[in-house]
This record gives sequence, structure tokens and C-alpha cells, in this order.
Amino acid sequence: MIGRDLLGIEDLDRADLERILETAERMQEVGTREVKKVPTLRGRTIVNLFFEPSTRTRTSFEIAGKRLSADVVNFSPTSSSLTKDESILDTARTLDAMAPDAVVVRHKVAGVPKRIADALAAPVINAGDGAHEHPTQALLDLLTVYQEKGRIDGLSVTIVGDVLHSRVARSNIYGFLKLGAEVRIAAPPTLIPPAIETLGVKAFTSLREAIDGADVVMALRIQRERLDGAYVPSIREYSATFGLDRTKLRFAKDDAIVMHPGPVNRGVELSHDLADHRPSVILDQVRNGVALRMAVLYLFAGRPLAPAREG
Amino acid sequence: MPNSHTPTDSPSTRPAAQPRDGLRSGEERVVLDDTAIRRALIRIAHEVLERNEGQNRLYLVAIPNGGVPLARQLAENLRGISGLELPVGILDTTLYRDDLTLRGERPPLRRTEMPSAVDGRIVILVDDVANTGRTIRAAMDALMDFGRPSGVQVVALVDRGHRELPIRIDYVGKNIPTHARELVILRGHEGSLEPPLEVVVVPKGGDA
Repeated sequence: MIGRDLLGIEDLDRADLERILETAERMQEVGTREVKKVPTLRGRTIVNLFFEPSTRTRTSFEIAGKRLSADVVNFSPTSSSLTKDESILDTARTLDAMAPDAVVVRHKVAGVPKRIADALAAPVINAGDGAHEHPTQALLDLLTVYQEKGRIDGLSVTIVGDVLHSRVARSNIYGFLKLGAEVRIAAPPTLIPPAIETLGVKAFTSLREAIDGADVVMALRIQRERLDGAYVPSIREYSATFGLDRTKLRFAKDDAIVMHPGPVNRGVELSHDLADHRPSVILDQVRNGVALRMAVLYLFAGRPLAPAREG
Repeated sequence: MPNSHTPTDSPSTRPAAQPRDGLRSGEERVVLDDTAIRRALIRIAHEVLERNEGQNRLYLVAIPNGGVPLARQLAENLRGISGLELPVGILDTTLYRDDLTLRGERPPLRRTEMPSAVDGRIVILVDDVANTGRTIRAAMDALMDFGRPSGVQVVALVDRGHRELPIRIDYVGKNIPTHARELVILRGHEGSLEPPLEVVVVPKGGDA
């Protein structure tokens, strides 16, 4: 049962996921029209509240909202003026007083969207919080895989890279497992979260073992600052061991696809060739992101709601 | 669909009388059976040709889900009668509904497939049941987002007649007076929209 907010894939069940994906498939048709706009959220206001810069996700939400005829307002407080928790909630409450129909929140600290949701009347959609969750990214990944493979159930999915710091990995692990896929992760031991296997995934420090027979190989973005020093000895070593190229991909299934949430560090997570060509489906992921976020806004924004909860 | 049903059943025999306050829970009444539906669609095909004589830029656009099998059958009838090969589109009206802000749960979206441009064509919208006119209003708004048809006409297999908007149905399979607390449903074999089709009246909230 879809609730008021979309805070994480962990909160959704299989039927919710299927409903969101089916809605997104229908929304894709709107994107193929010459006039890419429907009147569904006319007169509704959606606030993009991004405490952490993100051009891609913010733009995707903005286009999605506009295609549904909502008024989309971008609000990006500078992090320097908003270091204390109190001022984050103050900002959110100020926005709430302007009666938006949904607030899309990104913050570098895990749990901030939940805190904001608890204080607001409007539905909150998590657009990425710390190393916690990035539900719309996982949903668009699920949609992309479903359309490439015709199913999710029974697929073998391998997530490669900095799982420790990755909200994308966490949301995808929940999503793929809930829809019946098998999930493996591959990373240097320093980037594998302790107790990750309790979620139901299998962790490998050998890329070759992890992608053996995989249908889907998803590379994660690695932050440059993690590449030299504590976590990984050097970029060169990381890319030699965990960077994907066509040679390493031979261990996956012949028709395996390669995914990446972007932006790609070319030559690090993916070879230049793989970043731009099949079997990578990175631009499909981006394209599906708009339809998926239209589906999320359709299902979550602008519905009549129970009175505001206590902040 | 009940297995006991055969095309020779005369419509409106189950149960014989309609209570003043509508059907009671669990009751249903077949108002059009497969034969009657086929017959109506043949007549409507003739009417469409008569009304649009010399006009070959027709475009059948079904409103899902019920309109889809009807539009396909209508296209087949038109091909059989006149040799016309008409495009058949599917246009979901959900994103254009006027009651979305009133409902807590968002209705599921249906498929939209518009294989041909609507510009300069006479679009014939095909729906299973017309009642308030709100779906047709939404369909016309959706249609205009695809271009500028030279005309719009409407087919409804059943017209219940409780109009709330100034909308006219051009081709009606059958006028069926109903109570506001009833639903009129087109259904096919075992929950599908495959033939044999039938139109039933069921109480609102009852299992269809």
C-alpha cells in the first residue's frame, strides 16, 4: 500500500514496486508525443529542496513535474547557511507554509528526508540521503532492467564498486531482492559494508566470481576522494581490479547489460568504450528517469491527505 | 462470465424485473449478449459509413479498456462492408480526468497507442458505456493534445443517459436506463475482453 511519502525502497512491498513500474511504463508514452505535457497536476506545486547539489536528479524531477503540468520550484539552500539540524527543519517548515503538494528532498545526511517528512504536511519524496537510500534511482534501474529483460524475477544482478557509501546500491539491493532477483556485490574489502549479507546478498572481493553468469552488471560511481588513501590504494589499482571493460564482461552472460547511475568516471568504473556503447544502457536509464519520476509524482503528489501530523 | 450463458439467451431475462432502488447486492442482469453486441456493431458500422459518405480519412480511437475490442470489431466490420482500412488507436483518459484531486488513491493508467496522426482526420471515439459524459470530455482534451482532427464523433455501445456535460453520443448501441447506484460493465470470457462479450448491470460495490 503506497503511503504518504516515498522515503525508501525498504518501505515498499512487491505490489507497490510493480504499481510504480507499471505507471512509469504508461508515462513513457507521454514522452514520445510531440506535445509532451498532460494536465494531471495542473495548479499543483512541487518544491525541489536540494541541500546537496545535483543537476541531473533535480532536472529529471523538474522535467517530470512540468510534463504533468505542475509548477516546479527549485530551492537549493547553500550548505554553509544550513549546517544545524534546526535550520533544516526551519527551512522545510517555511516551505510547507507555502502549501506545496510535494517536496522532493536531497541531503548529504541519511535520515533528513524522514525528519522533514515528520515535520511537514506535504508528501516528501527522497531524492537521495547520505548513504541511506535513493529510491527513484533504484526504481528507474528496475524499470530499465525490466524493459531490457522482460522480467526481474530470477535474474542475476551484480553491483560493483563502493557499496559502503552508496545509497544507489542500498536502494537497488532492496528493490531487486523484493522483485525476486539474485543480487551479488563486488568491491574491495574496505568498501563492503559489514553485515551486508544479512540483507540477502552475496559479497565478493573477486569481480570475476561476482559477475559470473550475471544478467545485469551495475557499476557504482566512486568518489575521487576515496580513491587514494584509506579505501583504495590508487585509481589505477581500482580500475584494474574493479573497472569494467569488455574483457572482464566476458564472464557475465552473453546478453548481459551494463548500468551506471552516472556521472561515469570514464576509464575508472567503466572503460571509455563501455561508457558509450551497448551493452551499457546508461542513456536509457536517464530517459526512464523522467517517466519514472512522473509516475512517482502522479502516485504521491497532490492527493487529498489526512490533516497534517504533529511536527 | 457465467458459463451458463449462451448467445441465444434473450437479453434482460436475468432477473426479470429491476427493483425500484436498483439491483440488490450479488444480483446482475445481462442487457446485451454477444450476438446483440455484434449486431449493434454492424449497424453502427453502416451508420458511420452513411454519415461520413465519401470520407476516407476516418480514425477509430478506442477508450480503454472496454472500447478496445469494440473498436477492433468496428474496424473489421467497416473493412468487410466497404473495404476501408482504418487505423485503430487507443487513448487512455486517466491523466485528463476531472476527479483526480478528489480521490485518495490514484487510478491505474491504461495503455495509449496512437499509430497515426489525428490532424485532418475525423476521429471516431469508441467507448463501451457512456453516462455522465466526463470520460468523453477527457478523451476530447487528450485527443487535442495529439493534433487537430477535422471532426470528432462518438460511439458508445451502451448509453445510460445520466449526462452531466453537454456531450452528444453520435452512435449508440443501446440506450439502457439504469439506477445511479448500478454499474454497467462490458466483459468477456473469464475476466478478459475476449469474445464472447456481454454487457451486464451490477449493483455498485458488488463484485463485477
